[in-house]
Amino acid sequence: MGRVAYCMVLVLAALSLEGAAALAASEAFKGNIYNPGVLKAVDSVLKVKTGDRAPDFTLPAVAGGTVSLSRFLGKKNVVLSFVPAAWTPVCSDQWPGYNLVKDIFDEHDTVLLGISVDNIPTLFAWTNQMGTLWFPVLSDFWPHGRTADRYGVLRSDGTSERALFVIDKKGIIRYIDVHDINKRPKLEELVKALENLPK
Amino acid sequence: MKRIMWLVFLAALLPGLIAYTAVRPPEPGEKPPEIVLPAPSDRSDRIYLGAPRTGFFYISDLKIPVVLIEILSIYCPYCQKEAPNVNKLHEMIEKDPGLRGKIKIIGIGAGNSSFETAIFRKKYGIPFPIFPDPDFVIHQQVGEVRTPYFIGVRNRPDGSSRIFYSNVGGFGDPGAFLDRIKQLSDLK
Repeated sequence: MGRVAYCMVLVLAALSLEGAAALAASEAFKGNIYNPGVLKAVDSVLKVKTGDRAPDFTLPAVAGGTVSLSRFLGKKNVVLSFVPAAWTPVCSDQWPGYNLVKDIFDEHDTVLLGISVDNIPTLFAWTNQMGTLWFPVLSDFWPHGRTADRYGVLRSDGTSERALFVIDKKGIIRYIDVHDINKRPKLEELVKALENLPK
Repeated sequence: MKRIMWLVFLAALLPGLIAYTAVRPPEPGEKPPEIVLPAPSDRSDRIYLGAPRTGFFYISDLKIPVVLIEILSIYCPYCQKEAPNVNKLHEMIEKDPGLRGKIKIIGIGAGNSSFETAIFRKKYGIPFPIFPDPDFVIHQQVGEVRTPYFIGVRNRPDGSSRIFYSNVGGFGDPGAFLDRIKQLSDLK
């Protein structure tokens, strides 16, 4: 009986600790990050697959104007980085990491488009804390999450998945990573996907 | 039955107790956390630290009077912004014959892989070692601090070690910070 109780203790303790998501919040955000806790890893069903033509979209950019995916057709490979929500833990340090690898994007003739379902004023305030991002940040706020939904990465709570799509110059999707929303995708995986793009 | 109830009660308390002890950053005057690091694969990093060729070592095993530990994340904008300052600090230490060998800098990349720390070092030309901490093990040991976070450790010849500096955020002017390190660590 004693052993059973001991095991119960360990299991209960482990279960209680399991929910604690590790993160290293940057001082740049000065404690203004809202922690939603551990979320369901993936909460949507993809509507596209590798080999499909990437659905086109036109979205407003934080820097002003709009950006259409079709603008890059025949000219550049494109990485779409959907992040779930501004001012949340993992999202807040995903895009600044891409500042370190601009040369790798350049080397593979690739542009990056950051997309969130937040509105422009929120994205403006949030991305200002990240320093200068070299890539356009686009708002998929209205009609709410339409682009995320067309790719099948709109979650049931109105946020998007943490998802990466690599699209070649012909507009064909070559790589998809709908990542566990609680975790940041590793740079090496994305770099590997860029290296695998048709030359 | 009473015993089981007690154990269940303790199990419910355990995470809270662990969280309490884990989330508190180290404070000056305290013994530094026992941080274990793998032997650096890069030869110049091993020479810089006097670290072993293989296996693992404790930071406290290094025969260095002052170790400045920077907890960072390559994704953190302030860590990126602070990188040139830390490089400057390193340069000032290495150029001063009275300090060279007495103060060493170690970076810990919280949540970062070795690929990511290598990218960060290359991007900013960082001359001191940065150890990946992909599973946040060390980050949790030091209280899950915000980044960048600097911890100064003073190692004495008798083998004792104490924290003399523990602070979140950038340190500002490298020259003024170096003076502060010397003063707080009582480095002659």
